[in-house]
Amino acid sequence: MDFGFTTAAYVVAAVLFILSLGGLSGQESAKRAIWYGIAGMTLAVLATLFGPGVGLWLLSLILIAGGGVIGVIVAKRVQMTEMPQLVAAMHSLVGLAAVFVGYNAHFEIGRVAQAFAEAGTLFPRPAVEAEAAAVAESFRGFAAIVAHKTQAEINVLRLELFLGVFIGAITFTGSVVAYGKLAGKVTSAATKLPGGHLLNAAAAIGSALCLVWFFGSGGFFPLFLMTLLSLFIGYHLIMGIGGADMPVVVSMLNSYSGWAAAAIGFSLSNDLLIVVGALVGSSGAILSYIMCKAMNRNFVSVILGGFGGSQGPAQEMEGEMVATDADAVASALDEADSVIIVPGYGMAVAQAQNAVSELTRKLRGKGKEVRFAIHPVAGRLPGHMNVLLAEAKVPYDIVLEMEEINDDFPDTDVVIIIGSNDIVNPAAQDDPNSPIAGMPVLEVWKAKDVFVCKRGQGTGYSGIENPLFFKDNTRMLYGDAKASIEGLLSRISS
Amino acid sequence: MKIGTPTEVMSGEARVAMTPESAKALQKLGHECAVQSGAGMRAGFTDAAYREAGVEVVDDAAALYAGCDVVAKVRPPTDEEVGMLRRDQLLISFFYPASNEALLERAKEQGASLIAMDMVPRISRAQKMDALSSMANIAGYRAVIEAGNNFGRFFTGQVTAAGKVPPAKVLVVGAGVAGLAAIGTSTSLGAITYAFDVRPEVAEQIESMGAEFVYLDFDEETKDGSESGGYAAPSSPEFQEKQLEKFRELAPDVDIVITTALIPNREAPKLWTKDMVEAMKPGSVIIDLAAERGGNCELTRKDEKFVTENGVTIVGYTDYPSKMATQSSALYATNVRHMMTDLTPEKDGQVVHDMEDDVIRGATVTHHGEITYPPPPPKTKAIGAAPKTEKPKELTPEEKRAQELAAFRSQTKRQVTLLGVGAVAMLLVGLVAPASFLQHFIVFVLAVFVGFQVIWNVSHSLHTPLMAVTNAISSIIILGALMQIGSGSFLVILLAALSVFMAGINIFGGFLVTRRMLAMFQKS
Repeated sequence: MDFGFTTAAYVVAAVLFILSLGGLSGQESAKRAIWYGIAGMTLAVLATLFGPGVGLWLLSLILIAGGGVIGVIVAKRVQMTEMPQLVAAMHSLVGLAAVFVGYNAHFEIGRVAQAFAEAGTLFPRPAVEAEAAAVAESFRGFAAIVAHKTQAEINVLRLELFLGVFIGAITFTGSVVAYGKLAGKVTSAATKLPGGHLLNAAAAIGSALCLVWFFGSGGFFPLFLMTLLSLFIGYHLIMGIGGADMPVVVSMLNSYSGWAAAAIGFSLSNDLLIVVGALVGSSGAILSYIMCKAMNRNFVSVILGGFGGSQGPAQEMEGEMVATDADAVASALDEADSVIIVPGYGMAVAQAQNAVSELTRKLRGKGKEVRFAIHPVAGRLPGHMNVLLAEAKVPYDIVLEMEEINDDFPDTDVVIIIGSNDIVNPAAQDDPNSPIAGMPVLEVWKAKDVFVCKRGQGTGYSGIENPLFFKDNTRMLYGDAKASIEGLLSRISS
Repeated sequence: MKIGTPTEVMSGEARVAMTPESAKALQKLGHECAVQSGAGMRAGFTDAAYREAGVEVVDDAAALYAGCDVVAKVRPPTDEEVGMLRRDQLLISFFYPASNEALLERAKEQGASLIAMDMVPRISRAQKMDALSSMANIAGYRAVIEAGNNFGRFFTGQVTAAGKVPPAKVLVVGAGVAGLAAIGTSTSLGAITYAFDVRPEVAEQIESMGAEFVYLDFDEETKDGSESGGYAAPSSPEFQEKQLEKFRELAPDVDIVITTALIPNREAPKLWTKDMVEAMKPGSVIIDLAAERGGNCELTRKDEKFVTENGVTIVGYTDYPSKMATQSSALYATNVRHMMTDLTPEKDGQVVHDMEDDVIRGATVTHHGEITYPPPPPKTKAIGAAPKTEKPKELTPEEKRAQELAAFRSQTKRQVTLLGVGAVAMLLVGLVAPASFLQHFIVFVLAVFVGFQVIWNVSHSLHTPLMAVTNAISSIIILGALMQIGSGSFLVILLAALSVFMAGINIFGGFLVTRRMLAMFQKS
């Protein structure tokens, strides 16, 4: 099939991808949107397979099918609570693929140049010459495109593939580390090698020098050296970011994988790659921005890791944490008319979402108004809580965002906080010295009674004291979230 | 150790500092309990009930004082009682050390330790032993009942076949613990309740109890109540003037006035003057809970009830808690029991008088032959001072418009600058880059724009599916690998094959997981 057909298929695929992302604006349209995405991907792959200059398509199909089988198995087996790890792990695959494709582009340039040398003509070709065309004839696919390029184009090509490999390598190690942190295989605390960000800066400068060297020599070694350096940057950068900032990190890596694809698209002169890469890249960038804004943090300070230095001593805690038991919570729930549940990462860890859903059903069955308040950065992934609650069949129209529900707390009888901490910390509003000062939080303390399900008295992921726990209307229900909620279930009369 | 409770010697005092129930709890702390025979009679606790709870019943006070290490009672000890104390014995009772200096001196000479229940600092940790609050609560309730007893009408308004009854109007002055309890009782009986306090921050508490806060039209830098441990501070003469004016306005209208205003270590402020009493309707009732300190009403006579010439009943009783001895004994005994819990940290029956502890230190007035009153200020503040918040200024329409205009201008400026910088950057790129690159570049820039426009509309709750789907889509990198897999070089084929394989995982995994997630979102 000729080239025109492939391009036409690409245009259709690009439109389908845009529709697929746009469709995510609502829960119902999203179900349709996903099919647009699948159709777009199928079309793009088929058009490329049957397009000009692609060989070994049988092998390609087998590999895709093989990868597909693994993908399907993973997707079926994964628990919804493990979603953050899965997404991070998949980003690493894209990053590594980008590195490989970039390398290939480099090798192809070398091969083409060699063939030209053997034929006795200059490469890159100075102008349109019949003999050069004859040499170019012998190449297929990407190599054929390379063979037709001029010197300036080859230079740009090198720059593009260099960038693609650079971003791809950072994405790869960064995602692997993020996966490790989210899966609990690597310590979630921010750890840095001595030298801290100087090391990162040095590695980045080293990469820039490699770029100059690469242009000068055109050899493989500078490219390889740069890859090592950027692999290190990816590892060290993400190691230095604490677990609580993971939503930002994951969406940032999402963005990187997009930019890597776009850079590769440039080097391969493939518009569809560019378009999709740009879509994914900007999507990740916006997500990171939204996450940062929800935490009132500067993007740079999140990436540089750790909290910015606080300007003074934190507020003294006064009063005491008062513990309570399931009976007290159950009787408070029995008397309440309106209940708001604030889930956090603790709910995900304890796998308590089904128990929470059951509790919701029971309370709603008794005619009480039950709603969920979701902070934008609750959990370890943007929208993490929504997915977990949806999995447990909590209807999405009672799951509300922070802005929608924050004004309703004063009229609420009971708030149950399940495994969240910083997102309900009043210090963000009261204490200008707090590390999270100014971060928008759920104003749960305005409700009549607040019950906090928590494993122990510790300060949680970010290590910040929470004055909420010391308030007069707050009671602590210690223990595993799932066990606590199930304890409530048995005590609430139906 | 042995904790003993004697019969209260003051006439008319019906309360007792230990109940059978609190004795059981004290025994769990490892203590033994003793009680003077008949101590609980007037509060409704018989000697038999005490014996059943494992309490030793002692015949007379002397034996009790001699046989116990800790003596718990209600009223401040008399001279005679102090005389019975011995070295290192601990006495827990109300004491009012500020006005009982002579007694304090005698207790010191006896070498006994004294814990004054009225000196327990008002911090949240010590609420469980705050006997002043628990007694004030009872006084507030009883004040309303007493008023009802002397008031000739219903509290609640009714429309009956026999005619219409207007609801009673109650004014509560001073919204401390007693005031709030009075408000609660009065509103639940159905009266229209107004309440006043010099501390504007309690308006919210008053309204939460169902009463209407009487606002004064007065502009003054009000002192934060937290500075004085939750009590009201004396107010300025101008403010008092304004306040009296308001009361004068209310006097002819209200049926029942309950005054509870107290300022620490001072005479009770005179808030309800003679002319106000004269302005009230016949049959109205004034309950003065501040009678012990001279009364808030000018005409109040301590411990007495009388009717004025214009038919207003003024009640100046001071023993409301004692009038409800069973209830108040139960609460007071619990307060004492909590104090003992703090004094027995190991629950082994050994009293540890920890003078480093804010609560114990604050309540102790003599210890080891020394007077330890007044205590140093507690380490933790009673009530967290509310941080001063600037009220956002109301903007006039003109200011608003000017602000919007300025915002619009700065936005335009920013956009134009961005566009300008972008255009210059593009031109510079165009100078060096070949045309084929620029073609792709246009596609790239447009795609970024489309991406930004589309993604902003994605709803918050779908961010995880968005990440999963963009992840699946980013495996479009497979196209690059597919284009290269046909190459002649083995190395290239190998790398390309690996890339195709990984992208394959991603495509199927990503889309499938997204579908799984989206299928879960259900409407109720």
